[in-house]
Amino acid sequence: MGAGRLYAAVAVGGFRRYATYRAATAAGVFTNTVFGLIIVYTYLALWDERPHLGGYDQTQAVTYAWLGQALYSTLAIQGGGTEKDLMARIRTGDIAVDLYRPADLQLWWLASDLGRTLFQLLGRGVIPFAFGALVFDMALPHSAATWAAFAVALLLAAVVSFGIRYLAALSVFWLLDGTGVNQAVMVLGIFCSGITLPLNVVPGALGDLVQVLPWAAQLQMPADVLMGETSPWSAYGFQAAWAVVLLAAGRVVQSAATRRVVVQGG
Amino acid sequence: MGETGRLREGTRAYLLIAAMWIRSTMTYRTSFVLTAVGNLAVTGLDFVTLVLMFAQVDTLGGWTLPEVAFLYGLSVTSFGLADLLIGSADTLGARLRDGSFDTLLVRPAPVLAQVAADRFALRRLGRITQGALVLGWALCAVHVEWTAAKVLLVPVMLVSGAAIFGAVFTAGAAFQFLAQDAAEVQNAFTYGGTTLLQYPPTVFGKDLVRGVTFVLPLAFVNWVPGAYVLGRPYPLSLPGWAAFAPPLVAAGCVALAGLAWRAGLRAYRSTGS
Repeated sequence: MGAGRLYAAVAVGGFRRYATYRAATAAGVFTNTVFGLIIVYTYLALWDERPHLGGYDQTQAVTYAWLGQALYSTLAIQGGGTEKDLMARIRTGDIAVDLYRPADLQLWWLASDLGRTLFQLLGRGVIPFAFGALVFDMALPHSAATWAAFAVALLLAAVVSFGIRYLAALSVFWLLDGTGVNQAVMVLGIFCSGITLPLNVVPGALGDLVQVLPWAAQLQMPADVLMGETSPWSAYGFQAAWAVVLLAAGRVVQSAATRRVVVQGG
Repeated sequence: MGETGRLREGTRAYLLIAAMWIRSTMTYRTSFVLTAVGNLAVTGLDFVTLVLMFAQVDTLGGWTLPEVAFLYGLSVTSFGLADLLIGSADTLGARLRDGSFDTLLVRPAPVLAQVAADRFALRRLGRITQGALVLGWALCAVHVEWTAAKVLLVPVMLVSGAAIFGAVFTAGAAFQFLAQDAAEVQNAFTYGGTTLLQYPPTVFGKDLVRGVTFVLPLAFVNWVPGAYVLGRPYPLSLPGWAAFAPPLVAAGCVALAGLAWRAGLRAYRSTGS
């Protein structure tokens, strides 16, 4: 089997693993919609006080809020993607089986996570976003080219998101328990991705900082591409740079881990 | 055995199970401290967001930062109390799926007490601490003409609020008998509820406010009595005594949640594995 077909099969597996739980998916859609409503109303109040806050008008703020809910589980912004499985496999020693496979560990898990991403986008992301678009005024582009540019930004965002969570998962080779790391991933993800407040609204030096961290590639960049606030190419540059750095770091850590660490076993 | 006997028995079972989990947690003290601090940090992020919002505006929906912090502190502290005491009930779905719920049924203790105390997580003190700190700051910073009634209303709100959220957790657990995989729906009402109540009622649409006042009466956790304490008009016209209704509302919610729990438990059919 060709390498491309192998990873495609892994991605399909990731997609189907999440597609199995239909009731859970419907429940997630409901919860994301409720949270979307709460956040949208707070943004409406905020932009009522300060129109054009962070360079957004009110409809753009609303769009951002719903996009955040759509991408919340799609990009596993607070963790909880396939890295949880990887952590469990490292802890139990099952990772030894993965290392035996004639496939690249990082690409294997990237493919699996991209499959998960696609399912979460279709299964959990689209409906809350469509609900938002029906009930509120949103700033959506009319040209198909912008939607296509947005799709590319989304793919790059998924790779950056994976890069962060893969590093977190590999830390379990040394820590053996992922609880603390998961908590760190959650805190950083929630705050730095701008899921609670758009990053361009965060004031001062803190705002400048969060806009250059890799989490900015996840929600802020796709949102700005969708609403035409930034040129797609500069967004892609930022996202791709972080993707390369994170994936390369993942490679370095992975080779250190697989060489020096004794696999857990019983 | 009468209802009081069952209540005493349930409380005793609850305390025994909770004590067991606390002992188990304390075996890994550093881990406990770290997760409690982590818990505090995660819940504190909501407040950081609020502070960042107020770095850009002076009022939100007409309310100032100390006033919103007052609502926030009440919402988070009462939710935190409910989460500590009965929040574990939201993992009931997992026990239903893997069949380990049957074990609870054959033990000689009320099932609800066992479910509520299951994996009792002392780290949830982190959320209560964070909420109480914000509430303490808000009480110092708001401009209120304190009367005896208003002072008394603050602890009443915390206890009634915890009872209302506790009822939501119980109803959510009862719902899981039907929903199983759809357990996440209850997050919309528990975590969604506490998030909603962190902002002033004037921010939200009238229909949403009506819904959480008359249908799912979360507004009695802090919005309705809080508006009275701060001397702010509530967006809906309610009679003057409504501000003092939280204990009644809480009692009603707890009774309904109890009925829902019994109905759910009766409908339970084991997976058989």
